[in-house]
Amino acid sequence: MTGATMMKRVMFALALALCGVWGVAGPGSHALADDMVAAGAKAPASPAAPLRVPGATDERDLPWASDGEANVPYVFHDPAHEGRMTGFEYDLMQAISARMGRHGRFVQNGWDGLIPGLSRDLYALVIDGIEMTPEHKAAVLFSRPYYVTVDRIVLRNSETGLDTLEALKGHVVGTIKSTAAERLLLDHDPSNVRSYDEETNLFSDLKNGRLDAILIDEPIALYYRSDDLKLVGSPIGRVAYGIAFPKNNPGLRDAVDSVLGDLMSDGTLHQILARWNLWTPQMADYTGDQTLPMIKPTAWTDYRQTMERMSGSSMQAMVHRYVSFLPLVASGALMTLGVSALAMVLAVAVGLVLALARAYGMAPLRWVAGVYVEVVRGTPLLIQVLFIFYGLPAFGLRLSPFAAGVLSLGLNYAAYEAENYRAGLLSVPRGQMEAAIALNMTHMQALRLVIVPQAFRTVVPVMTNDFIALLKDSSLVSVITLTELSQTYIRLSSTYYDYIGTGLMVGTAYLLVGLPFVRLARIAEKRMGRVVAKGHH
Amino acid sequence: MLKASGIAKSFGGNEILRGISLDVERGELISIIGPSGCGKSTFLRCLNFLEHPDAGEVQVEGVTVASTGQWRRADEVKAHRLRGHVGMVFQSFNLFPHRTVLENVMLAPIQVKRMEEQTAHRIACELLEKVGLAAVQNRYPDRLSGGQQQRAAIARALAMKPSVMLYDEPTSALDPELSEEVLSVMRALDAEGMTQLVVTHDMRFARAASDRVLFMEAGQIVESGDPDVMFANPREPGTRRFLRTLL
Repeated sequence: MTGATMMKRVMFALALALCGVWGVAGPGSHALADDMVAAGAKAPASPAAPLRVPGATDERDLPWASDGEANVPYVFHDPAHEGRMTGFEYDLMQAISARMGRHGRFVQNGWDGLIPGLSRDLYALVIDGIEMTPEHKAAVLFSRPYYVTVDRIVLRNSETGLDTLEALKGHVVGTIKSTAAERLLLDHDPSNVRSYDEETNLFSDLKNGRLDAILIDEPIALYYRSDDLKLVGSPIGRVAYGIAFPKNNPGLRDAVDSVLGDLMSDGTLHQILARWNLWTPQMADYTGDQTLPMIKPTAWTDYRQTMERMSGSSMQAMVHRYVSFLPLVASGALMTLGVSALAMVLAVAVGLVLALARAYGMAPLRWVAGVYVEVVRGTPLLIQVLFIFYGLPAFGLRLSPFAAGVLSLGLNYAAYEAENYRAGLLSVPRGQMEAAIALNMTHMQALRLVIVPQAFRTVVPVMTNDFIALLKDSSLVSVITLTELSQTYIRLSSTYYDYIGTGLMVGTAYLLVGLPFVRLARIAEKRMGRVVAKGHH
Repeated sequence: MLKASGIAKSFGGNEILRGISLDVERGELISIIGPSGCGKSTFLRCLNFLEHPDAGEVQVEGVTVASTGQWRRADEVKAHRLRGHVGMVFQSFNLFPHRTVLENVMLAPIQVKRMEEQTAHRIACELLEKVGLAAVQNRYPDRLSGGQQQRAAIARALAMKPSVMLYDEPTSALDPELSEEVLSVMRALDAEGMTQLVVTHDMRFARAASDRVLFMEAGQIVESGDPDVMFANPREPGTRRFLRTLL
C-alpha cells in the first residue's frame, strides 16, 4: 500500500489491537447499534441529521489525518515549500471538503497511530493509501475506493527478462510490508521476498544490488523510480484504496461517499489524478470515465523538477537544501527540548517520592512503590506511551499528545530515578538520621534537611547519564504525532535520500540541546561534590 | 530530673536490657561503664528513644514516655517532646557533612524551634566560642580534627538548650590528646551544673570527673556508687573482674 515512512507494521497491528480493546470496544461500543439504525433507516446522510465530525473545532472544520512523512505522492511536505502539504490525496481531500462546504484541515499522525487516533476522535477520517483488505475492514469503516491501482515490477536499467512473476522466481524481490504485493510474492516464492518499512530503503537496495527487482504499488513505483531504474512487464493484481472512518460514524462515511461519487462523475477526480500523472486504465474502468482530456501533469513535473534541484549534489543545491531544513530542525529541537525538560522535572519529583516511600515508608506504601518501579522498569517505554495516549481515554482521561508524551516519559524515568535515589538514600550513614532525630527533628525534617541533600550529591553523576538517555528516548513520542528531532530526521532524510547531511544536522541539534543539561549537572556536581568528595569517611 | 524505670529490650530473642531503673539528679555527671555488649549504649539510646524499649518508662522534666512493646504514632509524638529536653553526642560525631560547623549548630534551633536566624546565629557563636571553635566555624566538618568535630557536636546539641546530655562513647574514636579537648569541655559543663550521662571506656575520666559511676553487665546495673569507692574497692565480683582487666 502506501508510502508512510515509518511503517512499523508490528506496531500498527499492536495499535490496532489497543484500539480494538479500548477505543472501539469502549467509547465506540454503540458502533453496532448505530450501524443497525443506519441500515434499518436506509436513509443515510439525510440533510436534516447533522453530521458528526469528531475533532472538529467549529461547524465548518473537517479534520483529516495522514502520515505526511515522505509519503510521496499521497500526502507529503512540498519540497518546494517545506511546511506546506501536497499530494494527490491532499488535493482530493481539499476537493471533498469544499464540496461539503467545509474547510479540510490536515492532521499529522504517524502511520501506526492513524487508526487508534480515529477511534480516539482526534479527527474525522484517515486517508493514507489504506488498502481495503478484510483485516482493515474489520477495524474501520471504508468509503468507496477513491483510487484503484496495480502492482508493478521495477528493475535496474541493465537488467532484462524479469518482467513477470514467473520470471522473478529464484530472484530476490523487495516490497513494502503488509501490502498486496507482499502477499502476492509470498504466495509465489516466499524464500526470496525481502519486506521493507520504507520506500527509500527499498529503492536504494535495488540500486546497490541487494535486490534484483521490486514489486510495488504503481504510484510508489512512478514517484520513487530514478533514471537508472525502469518499470517493466504488465500490471499485476488490483489494489484499492479507501478512506477510513470510525465504525460508529456511518453518517459521515455516507456523506463522503456521495461527494466522492460526484467528484468521479464530474471529472474532478480525473483532473486531480491526471495532474499527478496517476490517471490509469484501471481508474477509467472503475469510474467508467473513458475520456482523455488534455490535462497536463503539472504536479508530477513540478515535483520531479524540485527534487532534481533540491537533491542535486552541487554546492549550491546542498546549501539551498540545508538552509531550507534549518527551521524544521529548529522546531524539532524545540519540541525535543520541551518534552525532555518537563519530563525530567516530573521524573525527579516522582522518583524522589517513590524512593522515599521505598526507603522510609510504611509497609503498604513501600509495597506500592516497589510494584510501580518493577512494572514501569519491566515494560517497554513505547508500550507505555501508546497506553497513556490511546489507552487511558477509555478510562475518561484524554491527554493532548504533548501532555501524554511528557507524562509517559516522566513517569517512566521516575522509576529509574527512584532506584537511583534509593541507592543514594541508603548510602547516607545511619548516624545522620539518628543525629537529626536526637536534635528533635521529625522524620520529615530529617529527610528534607539532612538525608536527601546528602543523597542527592551522590546521585548527580548518574542523573546526568539518565537525563542524556531521556533526551534521546524522547524520540519515542513521535509515535503520538509529536514531530521532534528524530521524526524530523526521518522525514527529511527519506524525502531527499540524504542520510548523511541531515543526520549531521540533527545529530548536532541533539548535542546542542543536551549540552545545557550536561553543563548544569557539572555545575551541580562541582558545587555539591566539593564536600562530598571528602565528606564521608 | 531524669527517671527511668524497668527498661527492657531484646533483639531477636536476645535479652540486651533486663529491666533497668535509674534516677538522675539535676547537675549530676554519671559515667556508665562495663564490658562490650553489656547493653550500656543500648540503655543510653533508650533514654531518648532512638531505640524503642520493649517495656519501661522514661520521665524527663515532667514528660513521661512509657513503652508497651508496640511503638505507636502517639508514642513517637511524646518521644519527640521528651527529646526536646535531651541532647545526645555520638561516638562517630555524626556532624552533617553538607553544612558548615556554624550551620550544623544553627540548623535545629531554626528548623525545630523556629528560632530567629539572628538569635540562632548569636547563640551558635557563643557556644562555638565556649568549645573553642570560633576560629573554624565556617569550615565544613571534614576539615576539622576528630576532637574539633566532637566539640562541634557538643555545641550542636547544646544549642537546643537540653536539660540533660547523653554521651555515647564520646572519645572512643579519638587519640588521647584529642580526647582531652572533649573531656575538658564536659568538665566545664559539669561545673556549670549541666546534667550529663556518659557511656565511656575512659576509666580515668570516669573516676576523676563523675559524681556517680554505674557498672553494667549482661543487661543490668550490677553496681553503682561513688567513683573513688568503687574503683578502690569494688563490691561485686563482676566489677572486680572488669576493673582488673582494664587497670
